[in-house]
Amino acid sequence: MSAGRLKDGRQRSVVSMVTMFLLAVLWTLPTLGLLITSFRTRDAAATSGWWAALWEGGWTTENYARVFEQADLGNAFLNGIAVAVPATIIPIMFAAFAAYAFTFMDFKGKDVLFIIIVAVMVVPIQVAFQPLLDLLGPRGLGISGQYLAVWLLHTGFGMPLAIYVLRNYMASLPYSVVESARIDGCSNFQIFWKLIAPMAMPAMAAFATLQFLWVWNDLLIARLFLSNDNTTVIVKLQQLLGTQGQGAELLTAGAFISMVLPMIVFFALQNFLVRGMTSGAVKG
Amino acid sequence: MTSSHSTPPVGQDVPQDDPRVDDVSPQASVPDDYGLQPVRLLIGVVGIALTLWLMFNLFLAFAYYPGWFFDSKLLMGALGLVAGVGGAAILFWFINVAIEALPRRLEHGLIPYAFLLPGFSLIGLMLLYPTIQTIHYSFANRDSTEYREPPWANYTELFSSSAFWSAILNNVLWIAIVPAITVALGVVVAVLADKLSASSEKWAKSFIFLPMAISFVAASAIWLTTVYAYQAPGRPQTGVLNAIVQQFGGQPQNWLAIETGRLNSLLLMVILIWLQTGFAMVLLSSAIKGVPEDTIEAARIDGASEWQIFWKVVIPQIRATIITVFITVLILVMKVFDIVYVLTNGRNNTDVIANMFFNELFARGQAGRATAIVVILLIAVIPILIYQVKQFREQEATR
Repeated sequence: MSAGRLKDGRQRSVVSMVTMFLLAVLWTLPTLGLLITSFRTRDAAATSGWWAALWEGGWTTENYARVFEQADLGNAFLNGIAVAVPATIIPIMFAAFAAYAFTFMDFKGKDVLFIIIVAVMVVPIQVAFQPLLDLLGPRGLGISGQYLAVWLLHTGFGMPLAIYVLRNYMASLPYSVVESARIDGCSNFQIFWKLIAPMAMPAMAAFATLQFLWVWNDLLIARLFLSNDNTTVIVKLQQLLGTQGQGAELLTAGAFISMVLPMIVFFALQNFLVRGMTSGAVKG
Repeated sequence: MTSSHSTPPVGQDVPQDDPRVDDVSPQASVPDDYGLQPVRLLIGVVGIALTLWLMFNLFLAFAYYPGWFFDSKLLMGALGLVAGVGGAAILFWFINVAIEALPRRLEHGLIPYAFLLPGFSLIGLMLLYPTIQTIHYSFANRDSTEYREPPWANYTELFSSSAFWSAILNNVLWIAIVPAITVALGVVVAVLADKLSASSEKWAKSFIFLPMAISFVAASAIWLTTVYAYQAPGRPQTGVLNAIVQQFGGQPQNWLAIETGRLNSLLLMVILIWLQTGFAMVLLSSAIKGVPEDTIEAARIDGASEWQIFWKVVIPQIRATIITVFITVLILVMKVFDIVYVLTNGRNNTDVIANMFFNELFARGQAGRATAIVVILLIAVIPILIYQVKQFREQEATR
């Protein structure tokens, strides 16, 4: 079963190598199939499988041009960015101060308040929709359909996870740093800005990566709280899926376009993503 | 007493030579207490009010007068970002000014709450208030304007509908199958990857982890086009599943329409498992790497087989992580929505609670029934919620 040893002296396990290779291929094939299909003409994609593309042919880049025209995907892409970037960064600011208070200050009700954070992470966000549709919709503020509504929602929903992740990280920072800054007469605000915020950057990046993927990929909130003109790529993709019959070739191109940005974020910030997941898991 | 705010967080180890154990209170060396400073307090309070007012109006202007921003989405996005982050920073600064203007004792008592207030206001507004209101609305009519007669009518309607019970059954299936398989696959992949050389491990894991970046909607599009696609019999099949069936002489099937044994639901679950295995693997892999080598070595010397080592030595030591992953996936599965909504929208007995909620709320405009569904979902997560809080407290106690 073993064919020599690895560089670090462990036994080379052929079974693991083969199985892992097969699993990696299996996990990649569906995405690869989509990518191939998105570059084939409608006829070619409907008459031969994507695995046969190499010898059956039927290649084109037309789908990408058409999906931007017909499904208004360019606009939706901009919307996605305009929604996701503020909704990713704004919660961090609010959460960081709260996490600082939870980590470096002592006050009455601290345990209870933090337990509320832990509990709220489990609560399904669906509980919020009808009351917030009321509050943000025409019966209330009248901002439903606009970016603002979605920024607010994602900031609120992301807050428990942000506080949790940042607090866990800050708790691992050396307490003596804060202590000596206090003795030097720094106010909490100064300690936060000059010492803790810079030191907590990795945790902020970790949360930001998770939150960006979550907001960009979200369907539910965008579907309910964004007007058609302001809506994101994911909602457009859902609409394309609804019209399967006519738009099959647009669907594949649209799906791939919707994946480009999160993929870039994923590859660039993979380490932060892993850190975010290991420190806070995922939100409700 | 004055140093009370500088106590370390609960449970954190305090080294014995820490300055705090000295008799001198650290506060003693802090600059003098000026008592109440009315001017600073006024500046702070006015500043808070002004910042809030400006932020509020700027944000509302995005919604009401997009023309002021030349209808440019990117400009509004950028301004929103700057105003959100900058506004928050200025807000906290003014809060700090106002609080520091108070006598020292009051200042130290209040500042933690001041730091918590903005974050908690958002949680209160976006999560706590709506939860109460949702419970309230679940006794009301379709527009949430007045109570039903009797108030629990939404619930009786739900409990007497067979569609509801079918959705519950599907949810139970999702809950029973997806978390367990995801965790099992995650363990297998993590263990196998651990036996590879460092660079192949990194590559193999990246491929399995990648779907984490893909949205549920795009994942559904991927599986629908490449795996579950169906063409009429006799035509070349474009989906892998049907191509295999045809290869062996079978009839191609419209897979997502097959209710028998809830096969269609199972096929939808495969998509979620495909997406989540990477997440499970990442957490479990780091747990496996944390298993001390000498415990494994000791078992090996005692003559245990690799199989025994895995079950008796490795698994017990990564148990906590297994549970964490399981619970996380479980929470996700309980409110699974996107995949079902975009692929079947509940047709052919594939409905789940979250999709039913969405359709009642959005397609049928039945807010009363929709909120009743959420309340049932909320009750279903309570055991997990209690477990999580308990888990957290134990973890804090040992920190």
